[in-house]
Amino acid sequence: MNKIKQYVLTVILILFSGIPFPANAVETDEILNVSYDPTRELYRDYNELFAQYWEKETGRKVNIRQSHGGSGKQARAVIDGLKADVVTLALAYDIDEISAQSKLIPPNWQQNLPRNSSPYTSTIVFLVRKGNPKGIKDWNDLIKPGVEVITPNPKTSGGARWNYLAAWGYVLNRELGDLKKINNPENAAEVNAAEKKAQEFIAELYKHVPVLDSGARGATTTFAQRGIGDVLLAWENEAFLSINQLGADKFDIVVPPISILAEPPVAVVDKVVDKRGTRKIAEAYLKYLYSPEAQRLAARHFYRPAYPEKADPADIARFAKTKLFTIDEVFGGWRKAQKAHFFDGGIFDRIYQPGYK
Amino acid sequence: MFINILKSTDKRPGLNPPLIVNMAITVIALGFLFLFVIMPLIIVLKEAFSAGLSLWWASISEKDALAALRLTLLVAAIAVPVNLVFGLAASWALAKFRFKGKSLIITLIDLPFAVSPVVSGLIYVLLFGLHGWFGPWLAEHDLQIIFAVPGIVLATVFVTFPFVARELIPLMSEQGTDEEQAALSLGASGWQTFRRVTLPNIKWGLMYGIILCNARAMGEFGAVSVVSGHIRGETNTLPLQVEVLYNEYNFVAAFAVASLLAGLALVTLALKSIVEWKSKHD
Amino acid sequence: MSFRFKESSVLPGFGLSLGYTLLYLGLIVLLPLSALVFKSSELGFSGFFKTILDPRVLASFKLTFGASLIAAAVNVVFGTIVAWFLVRIRFPGKRLIDAIVDLPFALPTAVSGITLAMLYSPNGKLGIFLQSIGIKVAFTQLGITIALIFIGLPFVIRTVQPALEEMDRELEEAASSLGASRTQTLTKVILPLLLPPIITGFTLAFARAVGEYGSVIFIAGNMPMKTEITSLLIITKLEQYDYAGATAIAVAMLLVSLAMILLINLFQSWSGKHSGR
Repeated sequence: MNKIKQYVLTVILILFSGIPFPANAVETDEILNVSYDPTRELYRDYNELFAQYWEKETGRKVNIRQSHGGSGKQARAVIDGLKADVVTLALAYDIDEISAQSKLIPPNWQQNLPRNSSPYTSTIVFLVRKGNPKGIKDWNDLIKPGVEVITPNPKTSGGARWNYLAAWGYVLNRELGDLKKINNPENAAEVNAAEKKAQEFIAELYKHVPVLDSGARGATTTFAQRGIGDVLLAWENEAFLSINQLGADKFDIVVPPISILAEPPVAVVDKVVDKRGTRKIAEAYLKYLYSPEAQRLAARHFYRPAYPEKADPADIARFAKTKLFTIDEVFGGWRKAQKAHFFDGGIFDRIYQPGYK
Repeated sequence: MFINILKSTDKRPGLNPPLIVNMAITVIALGFLFLFVIMPLIIVLKEAFSAGLSLWWASISEKDALAALRLTLLVAAIAVPVNLVFGLAASWALAKFRFKGKSLIITLIDLPFAVSPVVSGLIYVLLFGLHGWFGPWLAEHDLQIIFAVPGIVLATVFVTFPFVARELIPLMSEQGTDEEQAALSLGASGWQTFRRVTLPNIKWGLMYGIILCNARAMGEFGAVSVVSGHIRGETNTLPLQVEVLYNEYNFVAAFAVASLLAGLALVTLALKSIVEWKSKHD
Repeated sequence: MSFRFKESSVLPGFGLSLGYTLLYLGLIVLLPLSALVFKSSELGFSGFFKTILDPRVLASFKLTFGASLIAAAVNVVFGTIVAWFLVRIRFPGKRLIDAIVDLPFALPTAVSGITLAMLYSPNGKLGIFLQSIGIKVAFTQLGITIALIFIGLPFVIRTVQPALEEMDRELEEAASSLGASRTQTLTKVILPLLLPPIITGFTLAFARAVGEYGSVIFIAGNMPMKTEITSLLIITKLEQYDYAGATAIAVAMLLVSLAMILLINLFQSWSGKHSGR
């Protein structure tokens, strides 16, 4: 019996040793970066880079704790009390919501850092099977008969929302010829007609979607591993990454003539850093993202850097030149886009309503 | 030795079906298990070892994987005993006595199964989240429940709550109370009766309850995912670590960790076999 | 028969064990679930019903409960057969087979989903075969049902197995020595004894299937109105920061499951009483 007790005690000791309780541990400099899924590789390298920089600048060691997940889910975790010092998410809407729902971040957060607080950007491209057997070049090719499109569910995936909005913007540009017309009240009738066309296009596009995965990486797996679909709508950086990881001999990237400028923003979570006394390092962490070293790193990880001139020209050459529009000029910002398209009863829901033609 | 294959395990007279029926049962059972359990297991193992033993070992001995393993064991080490005690108490009350409202209580015990894992996580967010019932108070006292180990333990206790109780209740009701009554009338105390009469009678059911509870505690994904916060090397359990690796396109490592998890859960079953063997040889 | 709360018994410990049960049940299950109900009440009566009577939500209910019932029924039939095999038939390597029955619990649900999708997708091992005979599994309702069979599989086996092991062999002996045929022994002696654990296994497999998310999501296809399960709709609401809407669907789902499980449990205790136990 005594032996058993000893054994149990040992097991308990082993189990409890070194289990950190995150609530109270600010011995060395330590910050938590809450990010979304596709940035894993980028931040693994960047955290090392920043740690070196910080040690050189201040002589102090820094431990950067890292959390990844779906962008919306991560934002909810911060709202519900995950003590993030900085958030680096997929879309501004998620940070807006942190600001609106929990007041942890001031509403004007996006003005705190250059370039809409987006140190790196990306766009939406097509990943097709090697040799592009279905001849997909532009958005209109996606709704050709017999083409199957893989894109995740925009209601659960931030990346999927960029895909959807990129397609919508393509139609508006095609119909209007000039996206500047959108914000001019004189063209209201024309814009209305174009939006009707866009809705038809979107409805048709999603008829070509056989599977709606819940997240971007799930969709990539469906396309690459399960062999389903002819084209995957994906972030440019994800498309490059899947070619690198899953086989350059299997896929090609097609960059459409027009697409959306995806700006994944970053922000300091003010209330948290003030309470934990980590404001200085959190701000330095985000500011350093704009440094030449970090910009070069972003380009190496297939993100289009905010300042391309600071990055390696060879890396920049990999990004095809294409016309990019922003969410602000076409949709009037995330909040409006979210409400019109993705909320319950929005356009995305309506195209799946029974009886929708 | 092989002569005995497909024969009934017990030679006493009773329902000993003819060989042909036994054969049919065996074929159906094995076919069903093959399709639903063995094939998936083969896939997991094949993927896990597809790049060789050394890479498998490297994947599971990696720093974050070890941290996840330790957290998973810790969570199971708390959740299983807690639910075990509850299961014993609940089955004693519900199986050995007759009273009004019993079905309702049993139904409430079943309830956590029917709750979607996502919701099982969500309820703790509603309780302990920054905007939850106890959130402001916790924040004031600088206590962290969700997005830390206590939240993960709570969510796991919730999803594994019914296992032991639900294994024992039908078994104990089937056995009735005659033996306990006899023991009591012979002068045994209540505790003695429980230990000497009831416990030996339910030991297999109890064992299965613990095995299932433990397997589920270590394998739970959805609920834990909501309350974990996904901090690398800190609040990632093994299942969450699998997801992390899978999302990094590191399929080999993901399946390696999954195979470790499958192995861990089977350890309890090996223990059961040992106990079984020992009790036969005593 | 008097209308007392509890029939008298000589066994001790009723108050203690029931009290502890209720306390623990209250703290671990009822308190958190009441937070859920409370949150959904923010919508008000009409808002609540508007949310849950949405055609998409209704379609998901039909799919979720329908597939769960089928999966649980399949598990009852095959689970009982497997349990019988494990207890009553000699077979080499049975220990090993016994050991892997729990696999569906041990694997994280996401791994199960990925593995099943690998097996049943059009380029998977079983998928190729099934495709050739014209059956499409992955990304259909059939795929969802298969995932639900997988995750509920251990329940029936593991509830019937101990009952078979502890079953009093003398009853069978007596039956056969009194001249009962095998069929009679099976239907009159064994099955009535196995019925409670079978029903328990069914209830648990069903309940578990209703709530399942992780494994289904990879094989479902998630098309609105067709292969969209209720748990996914809850996530969808959460993504819009609509906590009240999410909890409303969760509460509705919970009430339906609660009613169904309660019915099964009442039936069980009723049949228990009427078979003289």
